[in-house]
Parts: sequence; structure tokens; C-alpha cells
Amino acid sequence: MNREAALFDQLDATTSTTAKVDALATYFREADDADKLWVIALLSGRRPKRPVTSTQLRRWAAEVSGIPDWLFEASYHVVGDFAETVTHIATLEERITKRLSEWVRYVEDLKDLPEEDKATRVKAAWAGLEGMELFVFNKIITGGFRIGVSQKVMVKGLSKATGVGDDVLAHRLMGNWSPHGSSFEELVFGANAGDDHSRPYPFYLAYGIEGPEGTAAGAGLNDLLPLGDPREWQAEHKWDGIRGQVIMRGGQRFLWSRGEELVTDKYPELAALRDALPNGTVLDGEILAWKDDAALPFAELQKRIGRKSVGKKLLADVPVIFMAYDVMEHEGEDIRQRPLSERRQRLEALVAAARHPALALSPTLPFRTWEEIVAHREHARSSSIEGLMLKRLNSTYEVGRRRGDWWKWKVDPLRIDAVLTFSMQGHGRRADLYTDHTFGLWHNGELVTFAKAYSGLTDAEMKEVDAFVKKNTLERFGPVRQVKAELVFEIAFEGISASTRHKSGVAVRFPRIARWRKDKKAEDANTLDDLKSMIR
Amino acid sequence: MLTFTPKGIYCPYADVYIDPWRGVDRAIVTHAHSDHARGGSRQYLATPVTKALMHARMGIDLNIEAVGYGEPITINGVRFSLHPAGHIPGSAQVHVEHKGEVWVATGDYKRQEDGISTPFEPVRCHTLITECTFGLPIYRWKEPREVFAELNAWWRGNAANGICSVISAYSLGKAQRVMTGVDRSIGPILVHGAVANMNTVLQECGLELPRWEHITKDTPKERFRNALVITPGSALDTTWANRMKPFSSAMASGWMQLRGWRRRANIEKGFVLSDHADWDGLLHTVRESGAERVIATHGYTDLFSQYLRSVGSDAAAETTEFVGEAGADLQEGTRSVDPPGRPATPAE
Ligand SMILES: [Zn+2]
Ligand SMILES: [Zn+2]
Repeated sequence: MNREAALFDQLDATTSTTAKVDALATYFREADDADKLWVIALLSGRRPKRPVTSTQLRRWAAEVSGIPDWLFEASYHVVGDFAETVTHIATLEERITKRLSEWVRYVEDLKDLPEEDKATRVKAAWAGLEGMELFVFNKIITGGFRIGVSQKVMVKGLSKATGVGDDVLAHRLMGNWSPHGSSFEELVFGANAGDDHSRPYPFYLAYGIEGPEGTAAGAGLNDLLPLGDPREWQAEHKWDGIRGQVIMRGGQRFLWSRGEELVTDKYPELAALRDALPNGTVLDGEILAWKDDAALPFAELQKRIGRKSVGKKLLADVPVIFMAYDVMEHEGEDIRQRPLSERRQRLEALVAAARHPALALSPTLPFRTWEEIVAHREHARSSSIEGLMLKRLNSTYEVGRRRGDWWKWKVDPLRIDAVLTFSMQGHGRRADLYTDHTFGLWHNGELVTFAKAYSGLTDAEMKEVDAFVKKNTLERFGPVRQVKAELVFEIAFEGISASTRHKSGVAVRFPRIARWRKDKKAEDANTLDDLKSMIR
Repeated sequence: MLTFTPKGIYCPYADVYIDPWRGVDRAIVTHAHSDHARGGSRQYLATPVTKALMHARMGIDLNIEAVGYGEPITINGVRFSLHPAGHIPGSAQVHVEHKGEVWVATGDYKRQEDGISTPFEPVRCHTLITECTFGLPIYRWKEPREVFAELNAWWRGNAANGICSVISAYSLGKAQRVMTGVDRSIGPILVHGAVANMNTVLQECGLELPRWEHITKDTPKERFRNALVITPGSALDTTWANRMKPFSSAMASGWMQLRGWRRRANIEKGFVLSDHADWDGLLHTVRESGAERVIATHGYTDLFSQYLRSVGSDAAAETTEFVGEAGADLQEGTRSVDPPGRPATPAE
């Protein structure tokens, strides 16, 4: 695996995209096909099935290093990455040399072994590798292979090495392939590509409308004017669900989610769409939890996300629908290059003909002026709507995030003033600064935790808060310190809903620190009841 | 015998402070890094090399008494002596003895030999005050030989392509260690003014360094093509570095161990080369000292002392002001240490 280790070292050592693309291209020209396939797989988020649990890995890591569990955890907290932590803690005893594809098989073969044998083999690998090779091995086991290379950059390198266009490659690399079922030749040059009925299209992703401060919050009418004539645009709600793609081909139905995961079996209620949509249809839309003609909060949908199999009760409590907003393939033809206006007409006809309760059409919003769009946005907040989408009527369906024709414009975040209650040390560079904060709201004279946040402060503020934490610690719990209730921060968040899983009874989405309210005392902060009144 | 006060580590019997961070009457200074050697005190005690460095950095009128390694000095019945710490040239541990009780304050130290500092000398004591900048098991250093092989390969590769190799390193200690360790046949060694100042003082103290050139306005551009440039990190983002383009940037520091740090430091290559003891070095030192009690300062103090307690030692954490809990060393990874042109603040 030294060739791959050298490649990843190179990718790690440069911030220049050109240099990364070149390093990848060189690798793809020279390396062995079986190894190349795995590099493509790993860099596009595919990995062998996880043969061991993270609890097992942590225990074994602590065992080989001879340190107590809590110290391993603290080290992990400083490094911020499990695979890297083990890489630093393990000690090379006798080097083992294998190719990348052999190491992958080594990991895959663990699956059916008894726990003891798994431990022996994992520990043997830890004693036989070091540096980047060990890091790669650990990443194969744990997943989450992030090495400063986006899939886009990897595709560019592959394109440079093979001469196949990057949009074409991006499409070929999507879907349900695995290095076991395909050869490098088939995957990259598209031999037998037509056989895979499940292959999705890459999603077209919108950029956000931004105001002068670079955030959606400050954006207004002036930021819409550059879009030109309002008559050339279509407006819809921005749904707060899971981006999905419904595929009907060869009499089979597939459902993909944006993380490029095949989730067909997780949402059986959408299975009936098979009879409602014609073959050769691919729709883009949102999976939403939906009951009694209304959307359920995202927190409800979240209950479905983690589940492999869905019980009857959950199915009844949190049913889902597919809210369609585009069509990429119609009558077996890829129509992404046709204008949105035409695709929309076809979509409306498809949804009307289907007449299926689990298939809805995302309505377009009527407007003639940008002022009306501003007004629409003010009302575009509900449990399942987080803003507006603006799409140019003659836009083609693009690959990935592109500027120009599709824009999202989120509603202003909700805000509340809360008190800093606990702090934890950060990761990596911030290892010795207290930067991960917990915030509370008043309830019956006590502060009830309602959110955790670690972003939003300037470096100077961060240091100031860190000094406060160190001076005002009431109690220590490992890396966490409880602090004196004194500092007040305005916390911004995107969505809010009632929740039985949270002690506060409320779940908020994407909380972050909006600003430090140095003008406020702890007792001036908001109450839990104030927060609850924001739930609609 | 030694206590932790707002002004620093203090010996009440002798009325002496060790590395105080406020002005005091009498101070013993372990080494010349700026978070340990601070101005404002009436009288200083330090090794001859530290004395010379302090005069160069902080002014000639400081009142500093030089004491060699192992030479005892008695103040008010308390016997003090300085012993090699191996951190940078002149660095010392402070041995304090009073009525048969012995304390040692290590200052900053390392166990690897660096070719420029007098190697660390283990000293036995009852109570050990140890630094623990890298007091976690994720920090374990490779042999310097291996690190220099990587560094030479990087320099050689750049030189072959006409790319200047710019490495950021502390101007006092790390810079001279890098110069001494690299393969000088690859090309010339050029240094920033801050490094040049330190080089000159150390050479006057008798340290032998390989040939180096001070970069000036008149340094011809071609001179950079196969050169190794050694500079404080702060100068890298400034126009000062423009003339060296195209260049590849690197940093030599213990913090380069973590990928997150390397990425944040915005440099291309990180070489794990530290002037502090690693995890194994710290534990080895605690064991060798034979100390019954250990006080950890300077770094991951809570975790390191908690670990020592878990293996049966009597250990505690103390907060010092060696630039916050690891502040000075944290800055090593960012580049905002010093404006260009002025001597850098060596703070490791
Ligand atoms: Zn130092
Ligand atoms: Zn220090």
C-alpha cells in the first residue's frame, strides 16, 4: 500500500487543486487496476462493510498502547479523528507489506471471525504498519475517508488520466457499484454501464443568496435584483427533508438519498410508486415526514433515517411522502439538458397521472416582482419549510453545485439569549482552548441545557471565553468543565420542534453562536418558555 | 520548598523565583525563550549561554550572574544548581536543596540529542516540577535521523526543480538544530534576520554552525533556487517571502504530528521535530528522577498528572503563565508570532 500512502501524503501536503489533480492523474496512470478501484471507492465514500464496532476498536487500541480508556478518549478528543489517534498510539513491531486491495480483503475477511480473532488480526495490522499506511488501514476499517480531496477533485484526476470527461465520470461513479462487482475498465469506460438500472444522476445543488455580510440573514431585495427579470424565474419552497431521487427502470424502483445512499428499503411506503410511475422515469425531490396533509418536523423524520428496518408503529407514526420538484429522465431519455419549464410540465403530467398519496408535487409560488419574493420568504418558515428556491425557467439540470441558475434563500434564523453552562476543549489546533460550549435557558430558577455550539466567535473572543472558563470552573468532568453562570450569548438556529428526547423538551437545528451579549447579565437571558413559544 | 505564586515559581526560604513572569528581586532563568526569560527583575541567575542570549534579546544592562552547569550557589541556606535540560543551548533544570530535601524544576526539556545543546542530565529529587507540553500518548517522536532524511528529500526534490525550500522554525534553538541536521551538500542555507541574530550570539558562545547567509535586499534571486531558507513563521505570509517564489513551505515543530495542525498552519510539509520531551520521554524522566511527588506545568497538565496518579504516583497539575497553558507553543502553529524584520519572539 506504499504507493497509495505516497499518494495520500502528496494530497495532504498541498493545498493546490492543480497539484492534487496531477498527483491523482499520475497515480491513476501508473497503479494497478484493483488498487485504483479501491482508491476511487474510498475517495467517493465507499468502504467495506464495517466488520468491528467502534467500542471494540477503542478497547483494543487502549490494550495495545497500555493506557487507560479515559486517556485514550482524551487523546482522541485532542486529535479529533479515531484513525489518526490509533496511528499515533500504535507502535511498529514488524512491518507487513500488502497491496491496498489486499488490505481491504484483510478487513473484509474479519467479518465472520469470532471476536478474539478479530482482535488478534487488527492488533497484528497495527503492529505491522506505521505512518500514512497505518492511517489508511484505520480509515478502511472506520470509514469517513477524508483526506482533503473532494470527489470532484478525484474525478478530475481520473478524467485527466483516462481522457473520459468529468461529467460523464461523475455520473458513472454514482450508484450502486462496488469494486467487487466492477472492473476499472467497466467503471471508467462505461462498458456494461446500461445494465445498472439503479444508477442515479448527480444532484444539482444550489448556492445560497447572500447579503452584504455573506449570509442569507442579511440578504434582501437588493441581492435579488441581479437575477434580472422576475418573469424568467420560478419560485418554490425549500423543503426541510432529505434530498432524494426516485428511479423507475426495468420494472424496478430505487430510491437514493443525497449522501448517495440507496435507501429503497427504508421507505416501504414509497414502494407503491412502482405501479404509479412509468418505466424510464427519474424524479428529483424531497423525502418528507408527512401526516394528515401536513409535514412533520425534521426531528420526526430523523427517527426514520437511522433505521434499517421500520416497525409498524414507526411506519404509522411517521409516514413519508416524496415531494417531487424535477424530472431528470422521462420515457427512458435523459432530459437534463432540456429547460426547466419543459421538465416542469412533464413532471406535473407525471404526478397528475400517478395520483398517488405518497407522491406530491412541490407547488410553485405565484409572483410578479422581487418584492413579492421577499414577502414570500417572510412566510416561508414552518416545520418542513426553511426558505425559498429560485430557479431560472430555462435552466438545464446541472451536475453538483453550480452558480447562476438555481438559488436557495433560507429564512432568517431564530435567535435566543442563553447562558454558557459547560465547556469542553476543542480538537486539533484548539486542543487546549475551551471552545465547545453548552448553553442553558432559565426554568424555575435553574438553567436547562438546550443547545451545544462551538462556532461563531472570533479568535479573540474565543480566547477570552477560554480564559473565563479556566478562571470560573465550578467542577470538572474529564475534559468538560462546568462554569459559573455569567456569560450570555445570542444563539441562532434554523428550526425548532417539540422533542421528548431532549431534556428541555425542545429540539433546535443547527445552533450556533450569533454574538456575545456582553451587555447582558445571566439573569437577563431568555427562559425555556420563551423558546417553547417559538414552536409553531 | 517551592510554591506557585501569581508571579511564578517561588522559593520563600531564599526569596528567589524561577522563570517569573513579573518583575522580582531575584530570578533564576532556565532558558532564553521569551515565555521563561522575562524582563523587569533586579537580578538574574542563568547559564553563561542563556546570559549571552538574554543580553542580545533584552538589553545589555540586565544584571545577570552566570553560573555553569553543576556549580552550586547557596542563598540563605538553600543550595541551587543548574543542570543541562537539552531543550536549547544554555537551557537548564534547577536543582533546589534545603535541609536534605531536593526539588527539581525542569524548565523546558527534551531527551533526544539535538547536536547543539548539552544533552539532558537526569537529576534525582523528592519533588519534580516537570513541563508536559506534549504530555499525551499521541506525541511520540521519531528518531531525528529519520526526520532529517525526510527533510533532506524534500529539500533535494525542490532544489532539483528550482524551487526554494522555506522552512519555518523558531529562531532560537529549532533554527540552529535544523541547520546542523540537514545535508549541506544540497545547497546554501539562507536565514531571516531574526535567525541570523541568534546564530551570531550562539557562535560567539562557541557553538559551531554550518555556513549560513543572512538574507538581505541584495541577495540575488538565483541564490534562492536551491536554497534552504530558515525563517520564523511570521515572515512567511509577508512580502518578505515574495522574492523566494516559487517556494515550497514547511514547518519543523512537534505540533506537526497532528494532521489538523498541519492543515491549519497552511504549509505544505510538516516535519515532526520538537525541542520538548515526548510522552515516553516525560514518563522516562519522571521514573529516573525517583521523585515521590510530581507537579506538572506547561501543557496537558490535568491529563498528564491524572495519568501519573492512575499508575500510582503522587501527582498534581499547576497552572503557570508560560503563556497560558500552552499558549506559546500553540502559537508555533499559527503564523502570527511576530512582524517581519524584527527579531522573532522565540517562545517554545
Ligand atoms: Zn522553551
Ligand atoms: Zn516554554
